[in-house]
Amino acid sequence: MAETVRVIGDTLPGADFNSPLLEVDGLHVEFRVRGERIPAVRGASFTLEQGRTLAVVGESGSGKSVTSQAIMGILDTPPAKITGGAVRLHGVDLLEQNEETRRAVRGNHIAIVFQDALSALNPLWSVGFQIGELFRVHRGTSRKEARLKAIELLDQVGIPDAKNRVGHYPHQFSGGMRQRVMIAMALALDPEVLIADEPTTALDVTVQAQIMRLLKRIQTERRMGLILITHDLGVVADVADEVAVMYAGEVVERAGIRDVFKRPAHPYTKALLRAIPRVDTVGQELEVIGGLPPNPARLPGGCPFHPRCFAAEDKCKTEVPPWAEPAEFHGSRCHFAEEVYADER
Amino acid sequence: MNAELGQADRGVDPVLEAKDLVKHFPIQRGVVVKRTVGHVQAVDGVDLKLYPGKTLGVVGESGCGKSTLAKLLVGLESPTSGSIKLQGKEIGNLSNRRMRPFRRDIQLVFQDPYTSLNPRLTVGDIVGEPFEIHPEVVPRAKRAGEVKELLDMVGLSPDHVNRYPHQFSGGQRQRIGIARALALRPQVLVCDEPVSALDVSIQGQVINLLERLQNELGLAYVFIAHDLSVVRHIADEVAVMYLGKVVEQGTGPEIYDHPRHPYTQALLSAVPVPDPDLRGQRDEIVLQGDVPSPIDPPSGCRFRTRCWKATDHCAEEVPSLDVGDNGTHPTACFYAEERDVTHAVK
Ligand SMILES: Nc1ncnc2c1ncn2[C@@H]1O[C@H](COP(=O)(O)OP(=O)(O)OP(=O)(O)O)[C@@H](O)[C@H]1O
Ligand SMILES: Nc1ncnc2c1ncn2[C@@H]1O[C@H](COP(=O)(O)OP(=O)(O)O)[C@@H](O)[C@H]1O
Ligand code: SF4
Ligand SMILES: [Mg+2]
Ligand SMILES: [Mg+2]
Repeated sequence: MAETVRVIGDTLPGADFNSPLLEVDGLHVEFRVRGERIPAVRGASFTLEQGRTLAVVGESGSGKSVTSQAIMGILDTPPAKITGGAVRLHGVDLLEQNEETRRAVRGNHIAIVFQDALSALNPLWSVGFQIGELFRVHRGTSRKEARLKAIELLDQVGIPDAKNRVGHYPHQFSGGMRQRVMIAMALALDPEVLIADEPTTALDVTVQAQIMRLLKRIQTERRMGLILITHDLGVVADVADEVAVMYAGEVVERAGIRDVFKRPAHPYTKALLRAIPRVDTVGQELEVIGGLPPNPARLPGGCPFHPRCFAAEDKCKTEVPPWAEPAEFHGSRCHFAEEVYADER
Repeated sequence: MNAELGQADRGVDPVLEAKDLVKHFPIQRGVVVKRTVGHVQAVDGVDLKLYPGKTLGVVGESGCGKSTLAKLLVGLESPTSGSIKLQGKEIGNLSNRRMRPFRRDIQLVFQDPYTSLNPRLTVGDIVGEPFEIHPEVVPRAKRAGEVKELLDMVGLSPDHVNRYPHQFSGGQRQRIGIARALALRPQVLVCDEPVSALDVSIQGQVINLLERLQNELGLAYVFIAHDLSVVRHIADEVAVMYLGKVVEQGTGPEIYDHPRHPYTQALLSAVPVPDPDLRGQRDEIVLQGDVPSPIDPPSGCRFRTRCWKATDHCAEEVPSLDVGDNGTHPTACFYAEERDVTHAVK
């Protein structure tokens, strides 16, 4: 651990180790496209502690990837603009740091694995070179040593025959292997936080099982904080400690894993869980969430979920629901959070 | 080899029947003079029977030949060998023109609602397009009315006939695709991953629609998907494919509760269950490596390179899809044995 502290002191002045590892606090991101403002993230908040896994779930367009890009500091600005909130690492607001500090934070403290490994890797360079490059640039490691480090990492993520594969190019690997290479790259500089944005969505289920097992093993070994972005509630149930459910750019529910699945306090979460086909739905009509996900440029007033909500009443159309906490460490942005939580709605 | 489907009502003939269906794609090299250097064995000896009003689910991992099978069934690809019978008539080896009247009865619904619709046509044109190819089905004067009825049937507003695909969401576009597939009043719909591109909240809407249409119109479905829980929900009968072959086939309970092929067991055990209480409780089989290339598939049993039960015998002989001595449903494995992987065991 001593080494970690030294590195953090070097690259993140002011770090306070009594603060949470990572805290996203009231984050707002909007896009400006052809004069129109698209609020993609509207006040998202969550906390990640060392050694924990936070799952961020929500349907496509709910703002998951934009949130992770804002944390990483890799949003395209413009068209994106962070219009409010904070992203604190050990208490230090990253949004207020200069580009040099942010660059040092990327990789050293926070790393990301994307869904589409092929487009995230450079097709013209061998995977060994791409991994080694990180050591040369960030750590000033020699070429020879960087190559050895790359082999070691490839081996750790389960690439067979790493010594020979280190010189291969991305297209020479299968989808699952490429995702392993991406994970090796993300781990290179020993980050404290790993963001995995739909890391297995493009993969087959037997390969997904391999990759999830790998991520879990590495996280435990290194005591990393893991943010797992996914829309697969099965994966969430398998690996997460906490869950943040996003809808229309907001975190609408946040709780420990069991609470979210067993006692959801937001109608969207409840409806989502009911919509999954299960053994006991065979031969029956599936319960569905009616209507469509909202267009972020034209969000409904009041609670943005109200047109699709089974619990909505008149005030949901006009009043934005406050953040309520029907139980300790269990929050929900719904006017009727207590009743939904108590299963009275 | 001939897998009788358990769903067969005695005396009812299958509406669709495929026998020993094979599709090999030649791999060609050379710029001026092309020569064939090998074959992709995309579909390699598939038998299936589909009964009226029933759903046959087809599951398997990427590249196992699901879409190729779908294209063969609807005549978008012609088989290398084998037979396809629709209502008892052979349609696999007829020339395009002669097949046309029969093709009407079997239609395809595509996976990707974003790319399968022509962006320059209105919804009315898209749904009515099949009438241009088969003018005999609905007289010209009645087509506009028919299109509106089709839109209504799939839960879209008939007022939207003049809109373009980009004005619709993914789920709505999938409904447009279904309306078009229904235009010629087919008996069979082949649905190739019809809900895979959709969010969970929208998936259910499309699945319910397909089930309602099946009840109302007596349609039979071949329903292809890689999502095993979706298939369990919708299918009467399930075929599990691996590298171009069906390795196991049976009713929902036979496949999901009593799987006998090691691949089916591994596939099922890899599906994470949305219940945190079952974490670490299931019998998880983590397979090594990836699916081998269909260009040069392993000898004998194609699954043997990833199988924990494989012996020398598996490399020498191809296991046939048989019920076996003490089996309940067809399984292509020399060591087929039931193993419950979907329920908590630890
Ligand atoms: N026109 C073609 N020429 C050559 N090979 C082809 C052709 N079409 C498909 N293949 C190959 O045949 C095999 C089966 O492909 P197919 O598209 O049927 O798989 P699939 O099961 O539908 O996969 P997915 O789940 O990814 O949709 C693959 O190896 C594929 O690359
Ligand atoms: N480059 C961009 N320009 C304009 N809008 C964007 C851009 N990237 C994302 N958005 C919008 O931001 C919202 C959130 O997107 P995203 O975070 O990618 O969703 P998710 O990852 O949850 O599927 C969406 O409405 C999306 O259309
Ligand atoms: S605030 Fe109203 S509309 Fe929103 S989730 Fe709660 S009940 Fe539904
Ligand atoms: Mg995303
Ligand atoms: Mg396919």
